[in-house]
Amino acid sequence: MKNKTKQKSRTFQKMKNSWQLYLMALPAMALLFAFSYMPMGGIIIAFKNYRLRDGIFGSAWQDPLFRNFSILFNNPTALRALRNTILLNLLFIIAGTIFALLLTLAINEIVQVRLKKLCQSLTFLPFFISTVVVGVFVSGMLAFEGGTINRLLVNLGFERINFFSSPALWPWILLIIRIWQGAGHTAVIYLATIAGIDETYYEAARLDGATRIQQIKHITLPLLKPTVIIMLLLAVGGIVKADFGFFYNITQDVPLLHATTDVLDTFIFRALRTTGDIGISSAAGLFQSIVGLCMVLVMNHIARKYESESALF
Amino acid sequence: MMSKQTAKKETVYIPKKKKEKFSIGRCVVYFLTIGFAILCLYPFAMVIGGSFMTQQEVLDFGFRLIPEDPTLESYNMLLANPGMILNGYRITLTVTVVGTLLSVFVNSMMGYVLSRKQLAGKKFINFYVLFTMLFGGGMVPWYIITTQVYGLTDSIWALILPNLVGAWNIFLVRNYFNSIPSELYESAKVDGAKEFTIFTRIYLPLGKPVIATISLFIALAYWNDWWLGLMLINRDELQPLQMLLRRMMANIQFLQTMPNAPLEVQRMLANVPGDGVRFAMVILTTGPIILLYPFLQKYFIKGIMVGAVKG
Repeated sequence: MKNKTKQKSRTFQKMKNSWQLYLMALPAMALLFAFSYMPMGGIIIAFKNYRLRDGIFGSAWQDPLFRNFSILFNNPTALRALRNTILLNLLFIIAGTIFALLLTLAINEIVQVRLKKLCQSLTFLPFFISTVVVGVFVSGMLAFEGGTINRLLVNLGFERINFFSSPALWPWILLIIRIWQGAGHTAVIYLATIAGIDETYYEAARLDGATRIQQIKHITLPLLKPTVIIMLLLAVGGIVKADFGFFYNITQDVPLLHATTDVLDTFIFRALRTTGDIGISSAAGLFQSIVGLCMVLVMNHIARKYESESALF
Repeated sequence: MMSKQTAKKETVYIPKKKKEKFSIGRCVVYFLTIGFAILCLYPFAMVIGGSFMTQQEVLDFGFRLIPEDPTLESYNMLLANPGMILNGYRITLTVTVVGTLLSVFVNSMMGYVLSRKQLAGKKFINFYVLFTMLFGGGMVPWYIITTQVYGLTDSIWALILPNLVGAWNIFLVRNYFNSIPSELYESAKVDGAKEFTIFTRIYLPLGKPVIATISLFIALAYWNDWWLGLMLINRDELQPLQMLLRRMMANIQFLQTMPNAPLEVQRMLANVPGDGVRFAMVILTTGPIILLYPFLQKYFIKGIMVGAVKG
């Protein structure tokens, strides 16, 4: 009994001593509360029949409570958006990781230091521009009349392709753009890990007569594994979410292309801003957040079992 | 050429070190890598060249890296009424400078707090920050709360506040400060220094690498932001540069995808800025970043490396 009160007053004393720190933490915590935690509270919107003039608390509860969700999952456009989101994310994750690894290993093979750094810099460059600018690049290259690609096709004797009317091509177009923008960035992270590998491993391997490819297979790749796994973890955790800007700005939100490029985030945006359908958009958003959270927890658990260093927490 | 017999397996020969560099495999790797690097550069070159081309040349020859008849007509069209663009610059520059300063300050201060060992309730605060990375309310509640409850629209703060704090940056700073030996902290405390003083006089200077890193990333994010402008700003004079570019693209797309357009629209289409103008706009909005890139890129790369290894 006596110990507990002693403990309590010690904690209280510690808190009193930390008041300066609490004060310093206040701005960040307040802003996080305003822009992250308050919206979390706003998930009740998904269970309400939201009316603008009634506000969040004045709006009536949906009857039945999950009505917004049943509308959502019976909506073919929403389901198509969900399908697109998952498939495209899988495509990006798998192909993107493979390509980034290849790029990393390739850059690593370059011996001349200046050339190596130049390649790293150039491949990293596309990461720096906003998706709006990428959209301009794409429209310039894929335009039907004067686009770079179509001119090339015509010069080679082929027919033009109307890219902005061909939804089937766009998963691949988007993949290429995604790789263009992201491979260099991911490669930097992988190369950082490689830089930390002890040179003596390679020397020992060379003395044993290993070819370069064998060295890569048995030294570089296994030591890269934890990093790759963390990146994959983070990526798969966000599998029902998509980078809104990427899809919206690069496809120019052309309705014809929605069949293969409309993802949950662009769907939510349209429902929110164009049709004003708060019910379905808030339900979709909550769905994303919950699935996302579950995925991250599951992935983290798997990672922790398999390779304990790689887990996030 | 030497050959060596390994104890267990087949004959393996080790080429002389010099020869290793010129194998065909290596050549292919070099070729592909340099090729990809050039491909990364190509769109930029296309846009730069295209911005200096006349409409006619674009129609005839498409975008060229080096135009035959360079002209400033696209830039003139944009800068004829410089008000809009100058305004965009004003907004973007203000938001970037103010936002970066505030954001770095708030995030690093929080990182400092979380690196103090004897902080009571540290686990709770850590979780409070971490959780925002794992779960969110979604686009809709964020939008409704920000616009209806806070009324944060059509204001320069709408472009600064929502993304001011970021858990990722806080943790980067926290991890870096954790690696600073605590004797410095303890002796300062013994001397009677206040926490805030220790933070500003000791930890910030020592933390220059990580502070520089997050400053660059935060500044880049603010400069490139168009999302906040799209969602929270209606008034023209408050639009940041990227939003102006986005609007230009949206208008052109709308006009170009209208089949059998009526006469007025056709006339409008004739006056619509061609691709040259869009490219000039890209140069104006992203130019500063591209110009600064050669100088800054090694800090970005270093920053990611530090973050990747420690994070």
